Amino acid sequence: MSKKPFLRIENIRKRFGPIVASDGVSLEIEEGEIHSLLGENGAGKSVLMSMICGMVRPDEGEIVYKGETVRFNSPREAIRQRIGMVHQHFMLVPNLTVAENYILGQGPGLRIISDMDKVHAKIRELSDRYALDVRPDAVIEDLSVGEQQRVEILKALFHGIDLLILDEPTAVLTPQETDRLLSLMGDLVKDGKTVVFISHKLDEVMRVSNRISVMRDGRVVHTVNVGDTNARELARMMVGRDVRMELPRSPEPAGRVVLSVENLVCRAETGLPAVRNVSLDVRAGEIVGIAGVSGNGQTELSLALSGLLPVDSGRVTLNGKDITGLDPARINASSFSHIPEDRHKHGVVLSLSLSENTILQRYDQSPFASRGLLNRRAIGEHTRDLIQRFRVKSRDENQAIGALSGGNQQKLVVARELARNPEFILVNQLARGIDIGAMEFVMEEMLKQRDNGRAILLISTELEELFAICDRILVMFHGEILGELPPDRTRLEELGLLMAGQTEQPALAG
Amino acid sequence: MDDMMFLTFAATLVGAAWRLATPLIFASIGEVFSERAGVLNIGLEGTMLVGAFCGFAAAFATGSVPLGLIAGVAGGMAFGLIFAVFTITIKADQIVVGAALNLLGMGLTAFLFRTYYVSTGKGIEIAQPIAIPFLSDLPFFGEAFFKQNLIVYSTVLVTVLAALLLYRTSFGLTLRAVGEHPKAVDVAGRNVAAYRYGAVLIGTGLAGLGGAFLTLGHSNQFVEGITSGRGFIALAVVVFARWSPIGAFFVSMLFGLFYALQLMLQAQSSIVVPYQLLQALPYIMTIVTLVVVRGKSAAPSKLGQPYEMR
Amino acid sequence: MAQVNQGVRENVYPQATNPFLRTLAQIAISAVTPIAAVLVALGCGAVLLWLNGFNGSDVVTVMIFGSFQDVRSFGEILLKATPLILIGAGLCVAFRCSIWNIGAEGQLYVGAIAATLVGTSIDGLSVWVHVPLVMLAGALAGAAWAGIAGYLKVRFQASEIVTTIMLNYIAIIMTSYLVTGPMRDASAAYPQSARLVREAWTPRIVSDMRLHIGILVAIVLAVGLYIFLQRSSRGFALRVVGLNPHAARYAGMDVRRNVMIAICISGALAGLAGAFEVAGVTHRLYQNISPGYGFEGIAVALLANNNPLAAILSGGLFAVLRSGSEVLQITSQVPQVLVLVIQGIVILSVVAFAKFRDILRIVS
Repeated sequence: MSKKPFLRIENIRKRFGPIVASDGVSLEIEEGEIHSLLGENGAGKSVLMSMICGMVRPDEGEIVYKGETVRFNSPREAIRQRIGMVHQHFMLVPNLTVAENYILGQGPGLRIISDMDKVHAKIRELSDRYALDVRPDAVIEDLSVGEQQRVEILKALFHGIDLLILDEPTAVLTPQETDRLLSLMGDLVKDGKTVVFISHKLDEVMRVSNRISVMRDGRVVHTVNVGDTNARELARMMVGRDVRMELPRSPEPAGRVVLSVENLVCRAETGLPAVRNVSLDVRAGEIVGIAGVSGNGQTELSLALSGLLPVDSGRVTLNGKDITGLDPARINASSFSHIPEDRHKHGVVLSLSLSENTILQRYDQSPFASRGLLNRRAIGEHTRDLIQRFRVKSRDENQAIGALSGGNQQKLVVARELARNPEFILVNQLARGIDIGAMEFVMEEMLKQRDNGRAILLISTELEELFAICDRILVMFHGEILGELPPDRTRLEELGLLMAGQTEQPALAG
Repeated sequence: MDDMMFLTFAATLVGAAWRLATPLIFASIGEVFSERAGVLNIGLEGTMLVGAFCGFAAAFATGSVPLGLIAGVAGGMAFGLIFAVFTITIKADQIVVGAALNLLGMGLTAFLFRTYYVSTGKGIEIAQPIAIPFLSDLPFFGEAFFKQNLIVYSTVLVTVLAALLLYRTSFGLTLRAVGEHPKAVDVAGRNVAAYRYGAVLIGTGLAGLGGAFLTLGHSNQFVEGITSGRGFIALAVVVFARWSPIGAFFVSMLFGLFYALQLMLQAQSSIVVPYQLLQALPYIMTIVTLVVVRGKSAAPSKLGQPYEMR
Repeated sequence: MAQVNQGVRENVYPQATNPFLRTLAQIAISAVTPIAAVLVALGCGAVLLWLNGFNGSDVVTVMIFGSFQDVRSFGEILLKATPLILIGAGLCVAFRCSIWNIGAEGQLYVGAIAATLVGTSIDGLSVWVHVPLVMLAGALAGAAWAGIAGYLKVRFQASEIVTTIMLNYIAIIMTSYLVTGPMRDASAAYPQSARLVREAWTPRIVSDMRLHIGILVAIVLAVGLYIFLQRSSRGFALRVVGLNPHAARYAGMDVRRNVMIAICISGALAGLAGAFEVAGVTHRLYQNISPGYGFEGIAVALLANNNPLAAILSGGLFAVLRSGSEVLQITSQVPQVLVLVIQGIVILSVVAFAKFRDILRIVS
């Protein structure tokens, strides 16, 4: 391994309006290494890498690549310098084929494309060499997320790279697919390429890296060799303090069944089967988790339970009352709260005030409305109360909720849903996109609700979240519940196999 | 003999349908380009009016139909440039800007027509039908089909060229990507805004051509509101055609058939239907079309949304 | 269509402690954009006139002030403002719910037809019964006509932009059929319906002026719609549906029902405008009963930033411009359609200035 820095980043600064994304970052990447970039959501990892690959221009600072100062004005210029990046949100056009995606933006504008055969051949060759299993004529929208990721990696190889940046590539993969990806990274390094691996998952980073840089609040706070550190130390560097991985559990046994789902079947909006014959019970005083790689029917399950997606067959009962296929208004009124997965789509109306967002479901009920008119005083009082109790940082209740940080928006959503005094709470991705402080707060709130005898169903792709607060964990794969496990870290491998759809393992029952 | 009558009637009908479909073919193929790139231009009606007026004014001044057509295209594109600046650069709502341009197109053309031309009362020399040798001698259909003016014939060429451009060139590939996943195009190093400008200009240029056909190949006069809703009907044609140029050609032909039917039934004194009912036929059929072709699954996923570069 | 209209900041609260001052500051800030937009549009109008050999300054002297000659001409302006305020305020409700009702013109015609039917076919009712009946007929017909587009949207996802425009043409053609056919006054040389019975006429405010009580109805309804949108729970639901239909469904709001209500309200006000044109102004149905009030109403609503209260002012302003353009045509032979050009530029300026203001806010 040569010792001259392959890529050197010096004192890079970048602001987006009032938000400082990079606050004087310096970093050195050596040739032929796997360098991991570790950090919480919002630590500035993706923005930093976007600057290296020409997507974002830094306000200040210098990037030295292969001994020369570079300044990329577009991703194209970075690609020409053999830098490739696989983004978290894939840059693949869904209605085009793999090959068409690869030649997008290339070649003569108005001449007829004629050398498609050569392109196909090159794709097949690369696919065979790295065992990527990519067909050049496949249309992107027909591929699974894991396949699309391989298409993205192959795209970088197709254009030719010396440096490959992978932004949170494992977030959408099963543990087994993750293994495959990590070994691919090894193969690439063997071929003389350099890899930057962005992640917030400690174990993966520990397994694959040569060196690890930890980012926090827009800065690189530490760079260490993998042999000189351990997961606990890395975690502390990431958040700047010790993390409490375990929250106190209540020993109370669960009570009567509150929510019961029997043989639920429904299709996604695309018309494809999404939930296949799901049955589960949630009892008073317990938190039931549903683990799974995203896209295995969890979204449709939560939408179907809350009345936002039609049910094809099966039955959902809440406190013995049949709520299958009722409209959301009726379900909302049956002591059913829902903290949705996509906050900006379902959870809030960004341009409305905090007050208006807190009465989203109860806008026509007393005391918030009387004789068809809104009671502004009652709404304001209620909102101020929630803001205080849930420590929502905002100017006042009349501020637009879109002006708040993600964590504070989520706190208000949680506050609103809990204030409706539910018996059953459906949570999909409790802590997505929020900072660690807010995450701990909302998790503790969930535990309090559990201890107060509420029944909670927590759907999540984050195993940490599930391990921290669930009483038992169900695994969902391909629209089915494959098994149940206790939240026991020692059985992570079993959980991983279930998440990948492997049921032929002995000793499944928890 | 009755069969003969019917055949002649049918041939005349289809021939007329082609002629009447011509402005719709141009406008809807243009709108396919625009919408494929993610830009919904409801200002098509105003754009066609501008094309019709510019075509008329140029032909009036020069006496030349080709110059009139060029002026029509140029007028449409100039008008489209305003739309593009507002929706792509300023990122204003496409529907609001489109509505404004319809008012502007209607107002400007009527203002200028009344100021300069209405008192002259003169028309222009329009494009003459050209009989295609042999084909026009075919029984029944020959005369009706293959004795049209060049603009009508050119619709076939425009359709083929549009399909080639959209599906077989790198430009078309990028254009289709711009309406689905603009960021991917950005990352691939192509300028999303430039492609959208290009798509809007192609779209409005063709809409201008469609408008110019009305004054240069159909009527010999400009009349206020001469497009009478064809710009809006073209929007429905695009939906029915599933955003494909070849589809747009045939769906436009279907609408041309409605127009032709309306005109021919009006001429038939034996049929007692109020002519207004026939007049309303294309509009009613547009609504029926939208109801029959339900959903928008084939629509470009970023249709109507501005692209925010970071 | 852009369904999730999340970027729009509906309320901008300036930092002021005194609620009165805050409201005042709010009004001042929101007035900057429309005033600037109107000035730009008038400027463009002046340039257009000057380029075509007319006197550019006429835009200001004649179009703005030319129609304020006496009480009578002021009454004529208010007469023109009546349909504009009604339609504009109604469209504010539809636009706030993200329903692009471009069909107010057709809804006006249908309202006029219904009002004519009720006003000509029944005789012997008291004024107190017949006048409200005519108004009701117009409003219901307009609502029903708009409701067709609303139903096709919620049931078949048919774009209301296209359907409302098609329904415009159909309504206008239908009117032409009726006044040349079944409803034609046989004794008249010109296609027109019979005259409405006197008891159905909208009462005038001053007996020797054409101005009728419609203007008062329009203002009251605009204020009412403002309260409806801002203070009522139904209005809240309409706004949520317009801003984020997914969140509305999640919250248990019936999106389809709210869409129907919004489009029918806008249709009802347009239909009422049509009823007033027949029962208050012409007293007969003609082929061209509206000079494009339905399209002008779109500009009224957009200039008012979809606020029905502000639509009273913007409707008044467009009425001034329309009256002024008539004077201009008589005094200087400037084609009256100039007013359409100015409307188009007003809308473009409004959106440009609004974007500009957003950029300023982000920068600061």
